[in-house]
Amino acid sequence: MSEQTITTSPAIGQSVARQGAFRRMLANPMGLTALVVLGVIILVAAFGPLLLWNDPGHARLDQVNSSPNAGYLLGGDSAGRDILSRLVAGSRITVLGGVVSAAVAAVIGVSFGLAAGYKGRSFDLTVGWISDLVMVLPSTIVLVAMFTVTGPNAVLVMLILGVMLAPSFFRLTRSLVVQVRGNLYVDAAKVSALPDTRIVGRHILAVIRGPLILHFVLMTSVSIILQAGFQFIGLGDPNVPTWGSMLQDAFRSIYLSDTAFVWPGLAIAVTVMALLLVGNALRDALDDVDPKAHQARKRAAAAAKAQRSTVPARPLSGAILQVDDLVVGYDQADGEIKKVVDGVSFELNAGEVVGLVGESGSGKTQTALSILKLLPTGGRVVEGRICLEGQDLGGLDEDAMTAIRGVRVAYVPQEPMSNLDPTAKIGTQLAEPIRVRLKVSRKEAAERALSLLEQVNIKDPQRVFDSYPHEISGGMAQRVLIAGAVSCDPDVIIADEPTTALDVTVQAEILDILRNLQGQRNLAVLLVTHNFGVVADLCDRVVVMQKGKVAETGDVRRIFAEPEHPYTRTLMAAMLDGRPSRRERTEVTA
Amino acid sequence: MLTFVLKRVGAGILLLFGVSTVTFALIYAGGADIAAQLVGDDGDRAAVAAKAAELGLDQPLVVQYWRWLTHAVTGDLGESWYTSQPVLPTLFDRLAVTLSIVVVALVVVTLASVTIGIVAAVRRGWVDRMLQTTSVIGLAIPNFWAALILVMTFAIALGWFPATGYVPFGESPNLWAASVVLPVVALCLAPISATAQQVRSAVMGVLEQDYVRTLRARGLSRRRVLWGHVLRNAAPPGLTVLSLQFIGMVGGAVIIERIFAINGMGSLAVDATLKSDIPVVVGVMVLMTVVVVLVNLVIDIVNGLINPKAAVSA
Amino acid sequence: MTLVEEPVGHESLLDVSDLVVTYGRGRFARRNKLALKGVSIDVAVGETVGLVGESGSGKTTLGRAVLGLLPVTSGTISYRGRDITHLGRRERRSLAAEMQVVFQDPYSSLNPSMTVREILAEPLRVQGVSSADARSRVLTLLDQVGLPADAGSRMPREFSGGQRQRVAIARALALEPALIVCDEPVSALDMSTQIKILDLLVGIQERTGVAYLFVSHDLEVVRYVSHRVAVMYHGEIVERGDAAAVTTAPQHPYTTKLLMAAPVPDPDRQAERRLERAAVLAG
Repeated sequence: MSEQTITTSPAIGQSVARQGAFRRMLANPMGLTALVVLGVIILVAAFGPLLLWNDPGHARLDQVNSSPNAGYLLGGDSAGRDILSRLVAGSRITVLGGVVSAAVAAVIGVSFGLAAGYKGRSFDLTVGWISDLVMVLPSTIVLVAMFTVTGPNAVLVMLILGVMLAPSFFRLTRSLVVQVRGNLYVDAAKVSALPDTRIVGRHILAVIRGPLILHFVLMTSVSIILQAGFQFIGLGDPNVPTWGSMLQDAFRSIYLSDTAFVWPGLAIAVTVMALLLVGNALRDALDDVDPKAHQARKRAAAAAKAQRSTVPARPLSGAILQVDDLVVGYDQADGEIKKVVDGVSFELNAGEVVGLVGESGSGKTQTALSILKLLPTGGRVVEGRICLEGQDLGGLDEDAMTAIRGVRVAYVPQEPMSNLDPTAKIGTQLAEPIRVRLKVSRKEAAERALSLLEQVNIKDPQRVFDSYPHEISGGMAQRVLIAGAVSCDPDVIIADEPTTALDVTVQAEILDILRNLQGQRNLAVLLVTHNFGVVADLCDRVVVMQKGKVAETGDVRRIFAEPEHPYTRTLMAAMLDGRPSRRERTEVTA
Repeated sequence: MLTFVLKRVGAGILLLFGVSTVTFALIYAGGADIAAQLVGDDGDRAAVAAKAAELGLDQPLVVQYWRWLTHAVTGDLGESWYTSQPVLPTLFDRLAVTLSIVVVALVVVTLASVTIGIVAAVRRGWVDRMLQTTSVIGLAIPNFWAALILVMTFAIALGWFPATGYVPFGESPNLWAASVVLPVVALCLAPISATAQQVRSAVMGVLEQDYVRTLRARGLSRRRVLWGHVLRNAAPPGLTVLSLQFIGMVGGAVIIERIFAINGMGSLAVDATLKSDIPVVVGVMVLMTVVVVLVNLVIDIVNGLINPKAAVSA
Repeated sequence: MTLVEEPVGHESLLDVSDLVVTYGRGRFARRNKLALKGVSIDVAVGETVGLVGESGSGKTTLGRAVLGLLPVTSGTISYRGRDITHLGRRERRSLAAEMQVVFQDPYSSLNPSMTVREILAEPLRVQGVSSADARSRVLTLLDQVGLPADAGSRMPREFSGGQRQRVAIARALALEPALIVCDEPVSALDMSTQIKILDLLVGIQERTGVAYLFVSHDLEVVRYVSHRVAVMYHGEIVERGDAAAVTTAPQHPYTTKLLMAAPVPDPDRQAERRLERAAVLAG
């Protein structure tokens, strides 16, 4: 194993009181077993040498390279010494070596990482360069080279290894600090003029400690293996029994003893495995991942295949999109289903714009995504029917859905920037589906893409075509996404809060574009939004949703003028439009 | 692109300079002691002083360094204190041997981990679960123990591969292949586990991005989105961990070579350090750094090619 | 172009004069890219001054500069006559009891690893308040913002966005400041929660006399809470004056554009506004 192993890092700021995470870790059977094993090893390391009945240094001629027997439970090494005793004696230096090196690495790496990430600029660059320099050097080679200076001194080896491992702590800490330092609670602490030590300690380090603890566990296992390897090639302390040197001895007698090489290696492997499993359990506990989650996923996948067979009562009305009694849920680990959409029915007619309105948690986005069958992992349609142009989408497999998407029903997302591939040019990603789905040549697709960019009022289509997403503004990106949605001439558009992430003046322009495209192409649009102004601007009918259910449906003018459902009334009452200004209110009360 | 490459080369040279300075300082700092060690117990002060003068160890450290550096840039890394052979040519011979093992291992690790990682991320299911369990085992087994087990099983018990020795490729490709199989397998276990996990999590991370959903919404199939968009975006962290694993494998080779009695850089380094043959030790450090910097440069360039944005913004 | 503001007749609390702030920091500062191009504004005791604009207008930059979170290139910021433009951390501490902040994002403005009580007590403790006094003050604060007394022992993630914003407001009130900079405090909240939080802020102002510098992108919000308003565009204030006047009968073309662009929640009125807007943009 190399010192450069960095496995996945758990989420930061998943705020958990230490007891909470620890308790969850203990609930994980794998983690619990590993923790117990680790505990045993640590106990053996601490107290074992005191309880030995065979002296690890005592050599018996009759036990040279012996197989496991009554006197020596694991057999004898090449000098006739008891392997088991030597294993126990060697555990101390192994555990100590691992922990000390990892601790040295942590102290150096985390302190520099905090300083570099928090203060930044030139300090960051200098230390970063030094860290890169150290990281480039293979630790084993450095230890070998330094042997000329250190000699077989185990403590110096631990310290040097700690320095070699520090850069990985530095890099991790620094990148975590950079992620966290922009958080607003750090700014609030600065406004309250908290001293830097308090900010770094309580608002940065405390929040990122999870991944750091995990990395410490990893680095302990790495340093155990590296030090064992170093001892194996004969550069360790010759006076102390170590697992690495025991393996070297076993290697030398490999033709004489069948079993001697098993025990030291097994000891190392079991110790490291226990450490890694504890680390995994810790990471899962921090991420709040349920170890039984994958079973829940399997159940969800199986259930999705065996789709609901409940026969819906409603006949098809000829609407272009008809949703009947839709229930969308997420499978929980305990077998329950968390319903985010709970019995929603509505229709969308050809050429009509229907607003799906609600606040956060209403289930409006989940409804929209379920029509496209693009729900996030773990979500599925539990009950109900979705019919597009008379065709039940429920029974369609993935290939059939792919054929429908883009060509019959298309999607306009909310956040312009995160919905474009950052590593591809705009033109390429705009033209690709045109070329693939409409089966035209690359040149033809590019021309169509350029024409679409003009249709969405982009002033310099060629420039945008040749740009990367990070080179254009949010408003332009949203136009590109709209262009992409209409590129294959769909009949239905599902627009999920298409203007929420934009400035108000840009929003007005985008609404104009949507209105024009809808009129020109006679599109049926399902517009998900929480903004009643947008509803008033674009929609013909409104479906109001609350907590997964439909509160009210109706013509747009009727809903605004005479809302019937109490929830709709609450929403209308909460609008600021038309209220008296601050001064007028204070004058009235004065 | 060219500026990108030049910048990385420049950074590499700077790194080399840093490494050589630090190495030299740390090792040669024990000047007087070195001479004493070489002369042995029965040498008196005069003998020690004479040895020191002979090897130039009595000069100030800076002077020694300058002399070494000026020679080094012309390719002269001095002579071994034991064999009096020039260092660099010896190193090159040994380097070829080590590289033939480490580079093969790198290729195997890349192919295996990328495949396993992608399948685990996309298909989930049994491949994913198998990866989770076996990767813990793969990371826990020290490569030298794995080598011992492999030798016991495949070389001694079954006799399929040689237990020791290295046959140069030029001499016989088949025998060369047979002689490197076991070392490469031992070297690969842990790196494949770590890299496959990283690839898996990088791909899973990208699959959850908004733009992947939007591309699917435009009617592109899962496969097309995977090959045309996801992998390119998941490459950077995968390549990073690959270059880190390579550094680890170079270190691991040191130990593996002892087991298989392969005359590579690793065994040379160990022998030299036990004899305090410092010019050779320093030479090994510098040359290894050159190798690592070059491989990192190649990986960076590959990353720049896959991901034009990275090359532009670097 | 700018209206003369009505004299408020109160003592001036915050006085910003010709403030210039550059984009980027240190070596990465782009000398010719100015986030604020010489902005002047003042806030009097007990009043709410609204700062409205779109992204890139500089409104958030102005708020952050006033709070000392950004370096200032030139110009002055004065608080009760004292120049606070370039204060160090220690000097800032005395100011912390006078000037506080409520941020936009309720999810990243509270430290996820601290309890609500710890979050609210922190600004008190750093000013030297004893932990017993801090505890009782925390209970008072929770009550002031309409949160139950047991909220103190819970973690931020157990609360909704609106509730977390109440915690953020409580934290701002802890030291009984005279001025609170509100940086888009309701923009991330649902509509029904927005109005409750706005009413809470107005109520607090009326009871305690605290002043607000209220930054928002929404003209309606700013109109609802502000006495006076300044409209920002590309780092400059293009119009200022009485809130009601500026937000219903603007003089500057940009303010007009801003007003016309916001859709009204009434289909027929919105259709009219669309025509008006088209006419304004064409003419």
